[in-house]
Amino acid sequence: MQLWLIPLLPLAGFLINGIFGRKLPKSVINAVAVGSVVLSFLWVLKTLSGLGALDAAYTEHYFTWIQSGSFHVGCDFSVDRLTAVMLLVVTGVGSLIHLYSIGYMAHEGGYYRFFAYMNLFMFFMLTLVLAANYLVLFVGWEGVGLCSYLLIGFYFDKKFATDAGNKAFIVNRIGDFGFALAMFYIVKTFGSLDFATVFSHASGASQGVLTAIGLLLLLGACGKSAQLPLYVWLPDAMAGPTPVSALIHAATMVTAGVYMTARSWQIYTHAPAAMEAIAIIGILTAFFAATIGLAQNDIKKVFAYSTVSQLGYMFVGVGCGAFSAGIYHLVTHAFFKALLFLGSGSVIHALAGEQDMRHMGGMWKKIPWTFWTMMAAAIAISGIPPFSGFYSKDAILVAAHQHEPWMYWLGTITAGMTAFYVFRAMFMTFLGDYRGHEHPHESPGIMLAPLVILAALSVLGGILFKVPDFLAPLFPAMEEARDFSLVIISSSAGVIGIALAYVMYVLKPGMADSVASSFKGLYTLIYNKYFVDEIYDAAVVQPVINGSRTVLWKGIDVGVVDGMVNGAGSQARAIGSVLRLLQSGNIRSYATWTLFGAVVLIAAMGVVGGLR
Amino acid sequence: MNPLLLVLALPLAGFLIALLIPRSSPQGSRIWALVLSLATFVVSLALPVLFQRGIAGEQFLLDVPWIRSPEIRFHIAIDGLSLWLVVLSTFLTPLCVLISWRAVQNRAKEFYAFLLLLEFGLVGVFMAQDLFLFYVFWEVSLVPMYFLVGIWGHERRIYAAVKFFLYTMAGSVLMLTAIIYIYNRAGTFSYPELLDMLVGGKLMFSGKEQLLLFLAFFVAFAIKVPIFPLHTWLPDAHVEAPTAGSVMLASVMLKMGAYGILHFCLPLFPTASRACAPWIVTLAIIGIIYGALVAMVQPNMKKLVAYSSVSHLGFVVLGIFSFTQLGFDGAVYQMLNHGISTGALFVLVGILYERRHSLEIADYGGVATAAPWLSTAFLITTLASIGLPLLNNFVGEFLVLQGAALANYKWAIYAAIGVILSACYMLWLYQRVFFGEVTEEIRSHLPDLHPREWAVIVPLVVMMVWMGVYPQSFLPKVGQTTAHILEQTQVNVPFRVQVPSQVGQIQTPHAEAANAR
Repeated sequence: MQLWLIPLLPLAGFLINGIFGRKLPKSVINAVAVGSVVLSFLWVLKTLSGLGALDAAYTEHYFTWIQSGSFHVGCDFSVDRLTAVMLLVVTGVGSLIHLYSIGYMAHEGGYYRFFAYMNLFMFFMLTLVLAANYLVLFVGWEGVGLCSYLLIGFYFDKKFATDAGNKAFIVNRIGDFGFALAMFYIVKTFGSLDFATVFSHASGASQGVLTAIGLLLLLGACGKSAQLPLYVWLPDAMAGPTPVSALIHAATMVTAGVYMTARSWQIYTHAPAAMEAIAIIGILTAFFAATIGLAQNDIKKVFAYSTVSQLGYMFVGVGCGAFSAGIYHLVTHAFFKALLFLGSGSVIHALAGEQDMRHMGGMWKKIPWTFWTMMAAAIAISGIPPFSGFYSKDAILVAAHQHEPWMYWLGTITAGMTAFYVFRAMFMTFLGDYRGHEHPHESPGIMLAPLVILAALSVLGGILFKVPDFLAPLFPAMEEARDFSLVIISSSAGVIGIALAYVMYVLKPGMADSVASSFKGLYTLIYNKYFVDEIYDAAVVQPVINGSRTVLWKGIDVGVVDGMVNGAGSQARAIGSVLRLLQSGNIRSYATWTLFGAVVLIAAMGVVGGLR
Repeated sequence: MNPLLLVLALPLAGFLIALLIPRSSPQGSRIWALVLSLATFVVSLALPVLFQRGIAGEQFLLDVPWIRSPEIRFHIAIDGLSLWLVVLSTFLTPLCVLISWRAVQNRAKEFYAFLLLLEFGLVGVFMAQDLFLFYVFWEVSLVPMYFLVGIWGHERRIYAAVKFFLYTMAGSVLMLTAIIYIYNRAGTFSYPELLDMLVGGKLMFSGKEQLLLFLAFFVAFAIKVPIFPLHTWLPDAHVEAPTAGSVMLASVMLKMGAYGILHFCLPLFPTASRACAPWIVTLAIIGIIYGALVAMVQPNMKKLVAYSSVSHLGFVVLGIFSFTQLGFDGAVYQMLNHGISTGALFVLVGILYERRHSLEIADYGGVATAAPWLSTAFLITTLASIGLPLLNNFVGEFLVLQGAALANYKWAIYAAIGVILSACYMLWLYQRVFFGEVTEEIRSHLPDLHPREWAVIVPLVVMMVWMGVYPQSFLPKVGQTTAHILEQTQVNVPFRVQVPSQVGQIQTPHAEAANAR
């Protein structure tokens, strides 16, 4: 079925624009960049229709990538129903965002560079979801991280942007450390990294081993999907252009952790402790990030913390064993969160770069298309039926109640907060009077068309795509326990959140400030994001750098080792000058010293035993 | 004609003829060095083409008497281990000629002559199968490098050159002592013969003998690698060396140490090697983390890259002393990878230096605006160096860490920290040099790559991608030899050996399933 064409089309786009883009006219760059992704989307459609019901995974082997002794890893792609869902989301939403970018980036420098990176991202993301073994998945995993780094730091003359890029890459590396160690353990246990081999033998491995593997994979997922305690890079990642935030930092890349854990469900179902860890990290992240979202004034920051929080929901789904519910939310979230970002991009575009909501207001009359489409997304994320977000969030919360009731309640409170902060942002941006000094203008049609399509998907996506039914044959069945009252409670939390935001920001505009000032301590804490960045910096970054400089480099390297070497040199010289009659030349005396050192080393080795 | 002899003879002939070129024509020296080193490279390509995959041992063997008494033979051959190291040396030499084209104006004749002599020595080291011959080449390679650093280096070149020379000589003397001791015991310098005697039981070293001999060789090699804490000559040598010297030093010379360990130490002294493995692995892991941390805080680009080499070479040593097939293959591959990507880093730093005449990171910033292609090349090299998949280092690091994990999972945990740190120091370097607002000074001083520099960079980048995407072009030829070495290290087991439980084989799923049952 030529699965390789799916990622290779965007790769070709990357190579063309990356190498020749500087000299190409914009129309050609557009055609190559958008065309390659759209073609990839069409090829996905063709492939999937050709594969039919997909009851079993369809695999293609291309070549042996790495072989050493009996161990080998192939360059293999595989498609099953989970991959099919991911392929459609990635290429579908990806196409829309590429289209939107033509309008959004029209007046930016480095136009070809932007599209080259975006296409490269598509290549790696599609490799990630098509992979038939952990190592090829890891190729995509690291590759999307690279593109994220490049695009966050797209405005590379701004220090905050490149700082954010470094932070994203390095925090992700900490996660990848876990992922890599998980792979080493998998090879040690199963002798292979192929999904088929590993999963079919998972039941034979001991629970302790699987728990270790599961937790290490979870560390990787926490990095990529911005979960506690590694979420810190994602809010900063908003330094990149807004389409990047929509594609990479909302709809696709950050969901890779959810995809990877769901993909590894056979490992997790045999490692209940690891699964519990996923659920707990997910629910805590969802709640924690939502509280920060309450007090942010930068429109993109609000949605960034919202993304962290929504990813937490997906983790809850996976951790509670409702794998398909987690993926369901991944899909609907891709629609409405991409829309929220693209919409806020349209606002920012209209206001010539303004991102602070305190300088917005009254925009709905000026940019009605943006307003109404974003409204669809806002209602969807608040979980109001029958919008798409309702279905997926409901599925997760019901599963959470079945698993641990407290997770359901915390999730419901979070849902209320979500509705509040999203509508707070909507009201601050669109209602009231305009508080800035620009002359807002509606975005061009090429930006609005993707907004309209995504709005339709945000409204109808939950009904149109019954993801859990489609994925049912893949994952272990959950016992169905529909409790209608739970659904009503969680949806009304959304309604209450919206109403509260309406009261505080539309009916009585001064109320928000007075609430903030009456809870001054708490507000300061939340406004400053609990000072987590500052704590990490003081507890980890500075000690490592200062310690390396003063103790390791100046102390051990220059002081102790070189001190001894230079000392030995001058000692040798002194002795040599005394013994010049017997022995000439310093080199030999130097060698004597080294021999002496070697003898001491051997003696020491005899006394102690080394790292065994 | 034996292609090995040709690869060895061409640089020597080139060196001798280079001495005859009149000093008044530096351009003649340059062109001669380029033509000759390219010719050597082309001839050396015959080696991988004619190399037979199924054979683990010596190929292209040439064995003629050299000195009658004591009997020293001119015995050269290559196996899967040295094959690519020879090609790496011949590949990098013409690039070094090109990169020095404008940078070296002073005494160009001697410079290129020494460069060719260096190539001769390095290639010889990887071919010699007679212990004495090996020692000769080992020393031959030392001399031109000493002069390259000492004559064409920067301000503190004399200190650096002497330090380099003394450090290496100290090790060499130990090695020579051991070689002579072995000769006294066995009556031969021939390495294959020694191995046969060991396997056949005609030559037995007692535990103590083996340990002392092992350490004598090992210290010599460890200084070259360099293994912590014997590394302090490296940053000085690198900072002071001219670009070509840094490239040859990092890319090829450091590999002499790792090659020596794998080729001589392990098969000759298997039990001692295994007994010392936990100690050496400890040093390797310290080197990986320590090198990375110290690299992070360097204000000088070349020093940063030098310390990063300490970190990268730690992976090589870790792979070797994991005593697994994956570790061996990974270590060999990592030697080649490091040769390509760190060589490229030194080339690029040299290009920056030629324009701005500074190695201090603080003197840069905003280069990406002024020289986009140079920045792109540096970025790709940076990514290769931090082990991004589909670029060369990833494959080596993965195999090494996987091998270490199979031997002792804890080793992999500690060593993998180095992978996080490599991203820290390299990306931070990249940010400070290439990103940020461009100043007028940078803009006017930093033109983008010109054709001669393109000709150096492109082959290196192509190799990074090729070795990362399709390692099967290289690994299978290595695997046969490493498997053989692994086998050799399993003889003579009684002396204080603790064999890691999964050495050499991976537990199969079936075995695992059987265990569970």
